Amino acid sequence: MPATDTILDIRGLTIRFHTRQGVVTAVDGLDLSLRRGSVLGVVGESGCGKTVMSRALIRIEAPGRIEEGQIRYSGRNGAEVALHTLDPVGSVIRRIRWKEIAMVFQEPMTSFGPQHTVGSQIGEAMELHRIASGGGLQPAVVASLRSVQMPRPEETARQYPHQLSGGMCQRAMIAMALSCRPEILIADEPTTALDVSTEAQILELLRERQAALGMSILYISHNLGVVAQIASEVAVMYLGRIVERAAVNVLFSSPKHPYTRALLRSIPRVDRDSSSALEVLSGNLPPPFERPGGCSFHPRCPESMAGICDRVTPASQRLDDGSEVCCHLYGEHSHA
Amino acid sequence: MIDTVTSRHSGSQWQLMWAKFRHHKLALASLGVLGVFYSIALLAPFLAPYDSWRASRFAFAPPNRIHMFHQGHLMRPFVYGIKMTSDARTFDRSITPDTSEVWPVRFFVRGDPYVWLWMVHSNLHLFGVDSGGQINLLGTDILGRDCLSRDIVSTQISVTVGMVGVFITFVLGCLIGGASGYYGGVVDNAVQRFMEFVTCLPTIPMWMALGAAIPAQWSNLKVYFTITVILALRSWTGLSRQVRSKLLQLREEDYVIAAKVAGASDWRIILTHLLPGFASYLIVSLTLEIPRMILGETTLSFFGLGLRPPTVSWGVLLQDAQNLAAISVYPWLMFPAILVVVCVLAFNFLGDGLRDAADPYKE
Amino acid sequence: MARSGAAAVPLLRYVAKRLLWAAVVLVLVSFFAFLVIQLPPGDFLDSYVETLRRSGMSVDSATLVALRHAYGLDRPMVVQYWSWFSRFLQGDMGVSLLYVKKVNVLIMERLPWTLLVTTSSMVLMYVISIPIGIYAARRQYSLGDFAASLVAFTGMATPGFLLALVLMWLGYLIFGVSIGGLQSPQFIDQPWSWAAVKDLLWHLPVPLFVVAIAGMANLIRTMRGTLLDELGKQYVTVARAKGLEEGVLIRRYPVRAALNPIISSGGWLLAELFSGETVAGIVLGLPTLGPLMYRALLAEDMYLAASCVMIMSILTVIGFLVSDIVLAFTDPRIRLS
Repeated sequence: MPATDTILDIRGLTIRFHTRQGVVTAVDGLDLSLRRGSVLGVVGESGCGKTVMSRALIRIEAPGRIEEGQIRYSGRNGAEVALHTLDPVGSVIRRIRWKEIAMVFQEPMTSFGPQHTVGSQIGEAMELHRIASGGGLQPAVVASLRSVQMPRPEETARQYPHQLSGGMCQRAMIAMALSCRPEILIADEPTTALDVSTEAQILELLRERQAALGMSILYISHNLGVVAQIASEVAVMYLGRIVERAAVNVLFSSPKHPYTRALLRSIPRVDRDSSSALEVLSGNLPPPFERPGGCSFHPRCPESMAGICDRVTPASQRLDDGSEVCCHLYGEHSHA
Repeated sequence: MIDTVTSRHSGSQWQLMWAKFRHHKLALASLGVLGVFYSIALLAPFLAPYDSWRASRFAFAPPNRIHMFHQGHLMRPFVYGIKMTSDARTFDRSITPDTSEVWPVRFFVRGDPYVWLWMVHSNLHLFGVDSGGQINLLGTDILGRDCLSRDIVSTQISVTVGMVGVFITFVLGCLIGGASGYYGGVVDNAVQRFMEFVTCLPTIPMWMALGAAIPAQWSNLKVYFTITVILALRSWTGLSRQVRSKLLQLREEDYVIAAKVAGASDWRIILTHLLPGFASYLIVSLTLEIPRMILGETTLSFFGLGLRPPTVSWGVLLQDAQNLAAISVYPWLMFPAILVVVCVLAFNFLGDGLRDAADPYKE
Repeated sequence: MARSGAAAVPLLRYVAKRLLWAAVVLVLVSFFAFLVIQLPPGDFLDSYVETLRRSGMSVDSATLVALRHAYGLDRPMVVQYWSWFSRFLQGDMGVSLLYVKKVNVLIMERLPWTLLVTTSSMVLMYVISIPIGIYAARRQYSLGDFAASLVAFTGMATPGFLLALVLMWLGYLIFGVSIGGLQSPQFIDQPWSWAAVKDLLWHLPVPLFVVAIAGMANLIRTMRGTLLDELGKQYVTVARAKGLEEGVLIRRYPVRAALNPIISSGGWLLAELFSGETVAGIVLGLPTLGPLMYRALLAEDMYLAASCVMIMSILTVIGFLVSDIVLAFTDPRIRLS
């Protein structure tokens, strides 16, 4: 049976955290799909739920709980797996983890256990998922490090995480993530903790690896500029929902959602007059226990329409240029 | 709604600590328990019905029970008298209640004289019976002394030894740790080697060796303070280490450099700028040191190398518990053991509660 | 490639540094031990004379002066210290007035028992506390966690001597015999036999428990706390994301990391064990160094007391040294810095 075009399909995902002070809805009816072989960027402020969403894909969202919605993954052989129904400590999800869906985390230095060598930790993944074993393990580990352009792969394999720099650690992390040739790579802010030049190198590495291996990438970041360099499509997330999704050049040239527009306006630009003040999004993220009714962005939206935006949650609209947006400006309430 | 959110998460450091602390039920209960202990310590001679050294001829009398009914009539609470009886066959002497004597329990009675807080002379006691009778709610010991009175007075001593000792620890720890952390270099190195040496000496043997050196003829007060110093000689290292590490961290902070540039003297910097920053950690450490001191004093006194008669402490009283045969027949002699365990547990829970409350990152 | 050689050099340097440190500390300990000797009023000769006087003999003052000179007790403190310490290092620890024996003979009699009790207590402590601490951290707030915490707290709050007394009293109550000592009377000073070993094993549990309980309580709490800290770190999440089974990843990563502070506290634990051994030894009548030191202190038999303190401290310093070196092996961050 031919593999479908959509490798990951998320519908109506709702994840809540039950804390002593109250219930926090981190992900609120989120819809997202990832096309096979493409790079999808997910952009949002800190606290918008993008990390929680990404963790849910491999069921490490605890202590949060998936309360509604579905996550469907169409693997190599075409069979569809309902990830949201799997037991988080069961053997099915453990076989899917890393081998089908792998993850690169934000802080490379703390991603490796401090008491074991980098090579042994990469080898552990390969051995667990039966990529290599016994005598073939060490060469496979070295090969994986070489594939991420690590300067001296044999030596690095024998070193401990605290002996590596941030950039080298992230390369090793990427090597480990790709060691089992996953179908999907989730990159959760992989360059946020790195300096700009290292960031550029890591981005280039990811692009190169994606081209070589053909995997799908879900690239999560708060940095629009970084996402623009690697993604073919971008989804903008606010307070647990996707508010806009478009091809990267469409998003940047004609953003639809007021939030997207505000984000783009707030990026400092070289060609702008330096004396003009940076545009800042008004207001703050609402406190976690008090989500606004209707469209969650309406308290901060400069184009909010009273009576509609504060009461009715906008549904996703598909527009002519292929972008999707959740905003009353484009729905049946639009003035256009 | 929004107001409650902000009021929950803002306030001075101490207000925040108190708010978190209140959630820790065990710690709150412990605070209450310790309040009781220290109230007893404060009012000891008033609360105790007798002087702790008043002997009587009724040795090992079992605890008096408080009755309300005498020959079928309801009366105010009273105790029966006690008499010595001899078993006709075995000639064993035993002490039994004499139901012909009724001694009502009276409150605010005049009894043995005492001096309270070195100043107030009084003979007022919380409760007692008329002269001629005696009330021993926890029985008597080998010399017929009232165990309740002895337990109360020993509480006063045992519980304050910890406080005095901790005060000395605090002074030593801050001075030495402060100097070490602030000056660094050779001073720091030397102090660290010295601290390591102190930690290498096993605690109780070290205390015993020093305790044995106290001359027998020293006055009780001198012995008391020497014991607290000996106990503190061990605990200052822990506090000193903490103070030192905090100072090393904070030494490089901007506000310290600013103060130095402004010309503040070193001691002023340490005392007014650095120490308040980790006052909460100090309080937690000190709170957790007190139970160790109490255990130390109790152990030393039990082995005869700490406080000695006529001073009574829990350890001194527990010396009577060494005789296993006696304990099985007169179990009330073991009561100070309960006091020790409860007091130490309470301090430990309190310290844990304070530590959790002081930690800004804990839920 | 000289990889193993390159890794060994910093390790050797570290070991050498620690050995030097141990030597310095031992010298400081000897100062303390010498202080212990000098603390009581008068000196060795005064005690000796007193002992003679009690048994009806007396010494005239001229002989006293001559003896004092012969023993070097009229020389300055520093010289006395050096003569005592140099003789100590050669194995001559003086004479015990109480037992009328050479001190090193007395200590040698008790050293094996002391080592037996402290090392088996240490093993018991680790074997029991580490799994309990791990369990308590993984099942936080469960009944098991609560029970473990209760045991830990009670162990910390009860003075050692009290626990020993209670256990003895229980033994008295239940078995009707006194369960003190490490051997039944018929086996003491007899050559070893299978029956004697069985007798020893039967006597060991109570003393070991008393000696180890305070350290155990501390270990459980430390293990639980450290493991809880480690469980919140990112590398645990990564290990889980790799598809490792919960039990495997917990043992391999956070437990491994949490063991480091446990190992590094080994030396300190040994010091506490000597405290416990002294208390338990006195109450339960064990043939170890602690009770010997205690009796020496009561009788002002200072050379014996000081030598006991010295030996216990030496063993403690060795304990610190061993735990530092083991830590250097197991924690790559220390080894390679």
